Amino acid sequence: MAEIVSLPEGIAAAVHDGDTLVMEGFTHLIPFAAGHEIIRQGRRDLTLVRMTPDLVYDQLIGMGCASKLIFSWGGNPGVGSLHRFRDAVENAWPLPLELEEHSHAGMANRYLAGASGLPFAVLRGYVGTDLPAQTDTIRPITCPFTGEVLTAVPALSPDVTIIHAQRADRKGNVQMWGILGVQKEAVLAAKRSLITVEEIVDSLDHKPQEVVLPSFATTYVAVAPGGSHPSYAQGYSLRDNGFYTEWDAISKDRDTFLRWMDENVMRRAPAA
Amino acid sequence: MTAAYTADEMMTVAAARQLHNGTVCFVGIGLPSTAANLARFTRAPDVVLIYESGTLGAKPDRLPLSIGDGILAETADVVVSVPEVFNYWLQPGRIDVGFLSAAQIDRYANINTTVIGTDYRNPKVRLPGAGGAPEIAASCREVVVVLRQTPRTFVDRVDFITSVGFGRGPGDRRRLGLSGSGPRVVITDFGILSPDPETCELTLVSVHPGSTAEDARAATGWPLGVSTDLATTDPPTDEELDVLRRLEATKGA
Repeated sequence: MAEIVSLPEGIAAAVHDGDTLVMEGFTHLIPFAAGHEIIRQGRRDLTLVRMTPDLVYDQLIGMGCASKLIFSWGGNPGVGSLHRFRDAVENAWPLPLELEEHSHAGMANRYLAGASGLPFAVLRGYVGTDLPAQTDTIRPITCPFTGEVLTAVPALSPDVTIIHAQRADRKGNVQMWGILGVQKEAVLAAKRSLITVEEIVDSLDHKPQEVVLPSFATTYVAVAPGGSHPSYAQGYSLRDNGFYTEWDAISKDRDTFLRWMDENVMRRAPAA
Repeated sequence: MTAAYTADEMMTVAAARQLHNGTVCFVGIGLPSTAANLARFTRAPDVVLIYESGTLGAKPDRLPLSIGDGILAETADVVVSVPEVFNYWLQPGRIDVGFLSAAQIDRYANINTTVIGTDYRNPKVRLPGAGGAPEIAASCREVVVVLRQTPRTFVDRVDFITSVGFGRGPGDRRRLGLSGSGPRVVITDFGILSPDPETCELTLVSVHPGSTAEDARAATGWPLGVSTDLATTDPPTDEELDVLRRLEATKGA
């Protein structure tokens, strides 16, 4: 059964130096509060995994928490570059960042294999692109039934997956709805999980197209109201598009970035 | 008499005209999303828009800033998971048109969104990466690309093939086993390019009003071929311009 903890307790228990860490969220429900707590607790040498590393990974990378990134699209959606990510790749600042680069289809299938307890997944993908030459985890495989050559990618089985959801009940059953990306698969693929929620309620009333993660399938649940800001939690908050635009200027310059992180993350206690 | 308009507006209008009622379209964010929604509000109200965030049949009344904006989920016929979008909907060939943009495109319509510079480990510019594009370019029945044309974006060979157009020429898509037929048109701020049926090389088939074939050639990093029956694109109608400007004003709102 999931244990209901505070956010700092959850991060301390779930995330260790050197871990392979997934924080998923597809524009919606991105676990920013958890990412900020990881930065405050000073985790190092993380292998960060995410299909769409956006601002929270830019922050983790810029604060020196990561040594490797496994990803398929690293940008500020609708705005442009992730400047801290680029600075790490182009100039090794503040640290070199090793890349393992995939496509969305490949990453999604890697989570699916992890959640299914399989060693790899099969897809039609990557053929003719320059990605297989740079990424060792993309390999051809021959179908034993038809002889067709397809592409294999290994399962992702992270040490820990963190996601943000709308709510949980007091037993730790987690409910989420709206755009859910690959979060269910990412939680089920992981050895440990931490789910931050907007609120804990007595009982979960059903929502259209909901996903429920049963309490026995997760490790920790922590309340973090507004914990996906500047992303959003459908039914609770709206996406702060203005902040995504502002981040471009904040993150462009190393000193401006460090000052912003000091004022807005390092000196702030976590909510709740 | 048509009102004054910008080259970007002409590009978006020309791109929107590639979509028809009932077309099932996998939409990339940015220029493709603007054009796809312009089509939906003008000539193709029943175009089906699919975003890789899992929203099938999204009908936003304003332009999303990101492919996962709430307005897409709220207006979709159904919201599915990301593995489902790629495995059930894209991979088996259920989608008519993949609508993509690019940082670089080459004479065989291969697309680069990964790195600028020839050393992947030490790039001049690190771009966002592949996202959904490699499999969109492979598996949609056809592909429409929209991007601004400059000698830096239209290059002889892309620095990195993120998504395959026609590889190194005729027969490559079949040899690679790609199920879709590849890029059908590339819409730019100068005109419209299509692959030559024999050579697969991108060739200028239409120029936008006010642009010439010479302008387009000067903005291309290889000796651009020009169709013998070069057309002139119809200028934006008042309705197209009006709807486009109203949509642009809602971006990310």
